[in-house]
Amino acid sequence: MIDLIDVTKTYETGTHALNGIDMHIDDGEFVFLVGQSGSGKSTIIKLLTAELKPTSGSVLVNGYKLETIKRSRVPYLRRTLGVIFQDFRLIENKTVFENVAFAMRVVGASSREIKKRVPYVLELVGLENKARRYPNELSGGEQQRVAIARALVNNPTMIIADEPTGNLDPARSFEIMLLLEQINALGTTVMVVTHEKGLVDRFTKRVIAIDEGRVVSDGMDGYYSYEEAN
Amino acid sequence: MKRQTNFFYLLGQGVKSTFKHGFMSFAAVCITVACLVIINSFVLICFNLNEMVEDLQRRAQMIAVVDEIYSEQEAKHLGSQINQIENVHKAEFRSNEESLQNYIRDYEDEASLFEGLASDSMRHQFIITLEDNSLVTQTKAEIEAVEGIVKVEANIGVSNALATLRTVIYIASIGVAAVLLLVSLIIISNTIKLTMMDRKEEIAIMKMVGATNSFIRLPFVVEGFLLGLFAALISFFIEWGLYEVILNAIAKTDLAFLTFVPFKTVFVAVVMSCGFAGFFVGIFGSLMSIRRFLKV
Repeated sequence: MIDLIDVTKTYETGTHALNGIDMHIDDGEFVFLVGQSGSGKSTIIKLLTAELKPTSGSVLVNGYKLETIKRSRVPYLRRTLGVIFQDFRLIENKTVFENVAFAMRVVGASSREIKKRVPYVLELVGLENKARRYPNELSGGEQQRVAIARALVNNPTMIIADEPTGNLDPARSFEIMLLLEQINALGTTVMVVTHEKGLVDRFTKRVIAIDEGRVVSDGMDGYYSYEEAN
Repeated sequence: MKRQTNFFYLLGQGVKSTFKHGFMSFAAVCITVACLVIINSFVLICFNLNEMVEDLQRRAQMIAVVDEIYSEQEAKHLGSQINQIENVHKAEFRSNEESLQNYIRDYEDEASLFEGLASDSMRHQFIITLEDNSLVTQTKAEIEAVEGIVKVEANIGVSNALATLRTVIYIASIGVAAVLLLVSLIIISNTIKLTMMDRKEEIAIMKMVGATNSFIRLPFVVEGFLLGLFAALISFFIEWGLYEVILNAIAKTDLAFLTFVPFKTVFVAVVMSCGFAGFFVGIFGSLMSIRRFLKV
């Protein structure tokens, strides 16, 4: 669950990235967070993953109060989240299997657990036959699937996808969205940050629109409601 | 159980990583070896200089002259009193007869001058060496206070100069070794930092999937430890080889009169110095360089 109450964030340079944001996302929801470049989307993700602390207001993620969280507790918060990036962020010298297994190693899983869980997750994302390949041997869509498998492997309660289709063609983008929808159907909360209007409107999901650090619309009416608000 | 699994996994990762980033590891080891060889060479030079000065000090002697009214037997008895003085290393008795023979031997070209000279024209003496030559003034006074000793001859100026020289060498060796160690640490830290720049992305991913700082740190510490160990071993053997080569070369020159400490005498010290410096530089170099990458 995510709860942002009157959150502001001002960077040391004086830039006001967020200006009193209120947002609530329940467990099991699928939410699109949309907005133009510089609207504050990236700052929200950095707040949710505890890379940044808010200047004021309260940020609650999966039971962790992030405005007061201790540095030593941050890894444990991040284990409840699966984060997916536009540039995949895979380790080039590790195979697909190792990239996914790596996330389990980090949380102290045994080799036996890893051997059992990783093939299951790779099958879920449709990469069961590519476990021994290296990232540079895969297409963009496949690399993003590896990143999704890595995000999923520790069974997080929430997936945060930051422009997950930014580097993909429309067909692959749609496939990735379907995969995320499928993951959501299994009970995981999914938050997709994007500015791809066409893609958002192909799904009937909640859309939260951000502009100049404020929520300007929040509803099930697709990307258009955000455009109308502007 | 999980912790143990992770520990061995991380150890393995550290070992793998050392060999995987072969070129950077090679560069780090080479730099550490160069630094360690310079440090140890300097320390060995200082050690040898110190030994030479100590040897000179040992050879610096005092001569205590016994009152002429003392017979040889009575004079010999004074030896036990002199030997009881704390700073006296050895007091060797020399009778007036021996003193005369020494004179004759020293001035053999003019032996005719000593013809007919009776031994009682010389006095009984003690040839004294000291434990610590920096205390020569004080010891001289203590020997002079022994009843029956009429005069003590000592070259206080030379003794004091030698003592000062030893102190200077001692302080200089510690100071320069410390500075060189610090320089090595900075160089190694920067070299390891370069390897980490290469893996900045990997560390960021580890942080993002919930790795704790100790989880990230351990393989780098293992890597630093291994690099330090390799560097320590290599530098030790280079140092050994260099030392023997230089000693052999000096033995063939005009400086052959200088006595150097054989390597086997300093073997343990050099092993410990290389080992300690290698581990210190390797582990602390890693820890210093990784700090900034953990702030994600």
